[in-house]
Amino acid sequence: MSENLIEVKNLKQYFPVRAGFKTLQLKAVDDVSFTVGKGETLGLVGESGCGKTTVGRSILHLYEPTAGQVFFEGEEITKKNIAEMRKKMQIVFQDPYSSLNPRMTVEDIIGEPLDVHKLYSNKKERRERILDLMETVGLNAEHATRYAHEFSGGQRQRIGIARALAVNPKFIVCDEPVSALDVSIQAQVINMFEELQEKLGVAYLFIAHDLLVVRHISKRIAVMYLGKIVEIADADELSDHPEHPYTQSLLSAVPIPDPKIARERQRIVLEGDVPSPLHMPTGCPFRTRCKYATEQCAKECPTLKDKGNNHLVACWNR
Amino acid sequence: MSEYDVNKTPKKQVLSMQLDLSKFEKATEEEKKQQDVMSESTTFLKDGLRRLRKNRLAMASLIVLAIILVIIIVAPMVVPYSYDEILKVNGVRDKGAKNLAPFTYSVLEQEYIDAGNFRFPHIFGTDEQCRDYFIRVVYGTRVSLVVGFFASIIVLIIGLIYGSISGYAGGRTDLIMMRIVDMIYSLPDMLVIILLSVVLGSVLKFKGGSFLASIGANMISMFIVFGVLYWVGMARLIRAQILSIKENEYVLAAKSIGAKPGRIIRKHILPNCLSVIIISTALQIPSAIFTESYLSFVGLGVSAPMPSLGSLANAAREGLQSYPYKLVFPAVAICLVVLSLNLIGDGLRDAFDPKLSR
Ligand SMILES: Nc1ncnc2c1ncn2[C@@H]1O[C@H](COP(=O)(O)OP(=O)(O)O)[C@@H](O)[C@H]1O
Ligand SMILES: [Mg+2]
Repeated sequence: MSENLIEVKNLKQYFPVRAGFKTLQLKAVDDVSFTVGKGETLGLVGESGCGKTTVGRSILHLYEPTAGQVFFEGEEITKKNIAEMRKKMQIVFQDPYSSLNPRMTVEDIIGEPLDVHKLYSNKKERRERILDLMETVGLNAEHATRYAHEFSGGQRQRIGIARALAVNPKFIVCDEPVSALDVSIQAQVINMFEELQEKLGVAYLFIAHDLLVVRHISKRIAVMYLGKIVEIADADELSDHPEHPYTQSLLSAVPIPDPKIARERQRIVLEGDVPSPLHMPTGCPFRTRCKYATEQCAKECPTLKDKGNNHLVACWNR
Repeated sequence: MSEYDVNKTPKKQVLSMQLDLSKFEKATEEEKKQQDVMSESTTFLKDGLRRLRKNRLAMASLIVLAIILVIIIVAPMVVPYSYDEILKVNGVRDKGAKNLAPFTYSVLEQEYIDAGNFRFPHIFGTDEQCRDYFIRVVYGTRVSLVVGFFASIIVLIIGLIYGSISGYAGGRTDLIMMRIVDMIYSLPDMLVIILLSVVLGSVLKFKGGSFLASIGANMISMFIVFGVLYWVGMARLIRAQILSIKENEYVLAAKSIGAKPGRIIRKHILPNCLSVIIISTALQIPSAIFTESYLSFVGLGVSAPMPSLGSLANAAREGLQSYPYKLVFPAVAICLVVLSLNLIGDGLRDAFDPKLSR
């Protein structure tokens, strides 16, 4: 196995939330640990609101983590070295509309990282680098002087990717980069992510709420539920032998192209709603919707245990 | 998962509605490029100006204001009288040119004209000190506009800096800074303006002949008053704008790139609230002119003999029954200036407000 590029250890991100006179803690991310190898992709899936975005942003210190550590090539990321680290780690946002400044031209958006880190010696070099980046992500160089609002969603996302690539990062957090796009465009953009990885050797934390998207691009997949990782395994292992009841239900919702197999398959429909992260159930967060739940599940929260094959599950019954 | 393959679709049955793919041709690269054509690039500014041009009221106001500006710039060059000089005919003081009606001449002047000389008409007549009233109104308008313009700029600068720091920093800093604003906001402004201009008027003494002396202590104190009092509204407005713009992901993106707060404010936040800033500054000018007129009217404005529209109106009160036109001219000038500036400000808001556009 390749060396770890990113190591996340017991990351916690709590947000203070005012509820009347009390201040409650919203545990958006609660004790999450994982690693991402050099040049590989870790998929992160889970329902909306389970804390995926928060994990990505906390790694980049866009939110100051409540507790836990993040290591980049063995070096801990702190307030002091974060400025340097921003050259090595980048993020692509979910919403291609609000993530680009409407008052800036494409050239200035992509050129901003170059400006901030002074990565060029003269205007010509800057321009060349920008055009180079635009070509890399499949944008027409003639559009460099246009404003972001003149582009379609897919093109805007490409601009966002070019901006992230400008500093030559080794690691990119892709926060649901395709979920705001039309299905027909999604495949193009995902393929581009793969090509870029082959060409540049970047590692991704690829966030999605759709297992199908993630399975296609990831080496390993982590499944999140209510701020916790409930299962991590290699992509094929996870889709063929899901262990955690939550993963099983997610997988059973993935559409199968063959109607014969699809008809035979049993869909596991989860009962009830996701509990509010402000009022987490005791013990295992999934127990309120789990049909295997026992008394032990209510008492203690299970931790990730290796089931062999690098397959980690957090469940008392597995 | 087997992928969908265009070339492997089943053959078309006779009655099926399935498309016959063999009848379709793949688009060439060139044809695909044609789909790429985008609409003409329009910048935010161009877009706004186009909308502004369509607004008749705003355009009419702009023309009125332009005419007023031309008059107050050109008139002092053309009219041979000065705002603080008693009229003279052939170097002799014309004591008879007192309170003349518009376009009339005094006895002395009439003789002068009858002798075959040219005498520039008194368009608005003369005042009780034998000065040409037109040129005094022109200078009064000048003073009012200058006060309005500079006061707004002072308000803008202070409000902009204070508001953006407060909004961007957030948290406790924001809380404290905004409570200070609340305190200043709750002061009765007219009372403070009057007190400040009385105090400052006696404290500020300038050496004769200097530039500041020529503006007069009252005018300076007026700028200070505006600077001290009226920035709070601007600061609040800009803070609110920044709070909402800060939530956009492009601000977070700039942060993730490693941009410093100063750069984020300058490059990302301020350009996006520029429209609001321009509009409220434009609307600030008439309100400052109004306050200046008010202060001059109660005698706290610019110092004599420098006229201002407010002090002219005040002076006209005494002879109101005999010479009503002396009140009418400055009053109409105030109305025109304030109204046209207000309408232009409104037009700017309609044209540039991001909530209405897109
Ligand atoms: N800045 C914040 N302040 C308070 N709560 C937040 C903040 N960001 C996210 N949350 C909360 O944290 C939880 C996880 O959010 P998020 O990470 O955006 O989920 P996901 O990306 O998986 O949809 C949500 O309940 C959300 O309301
Ligand atoms: Mg999210």
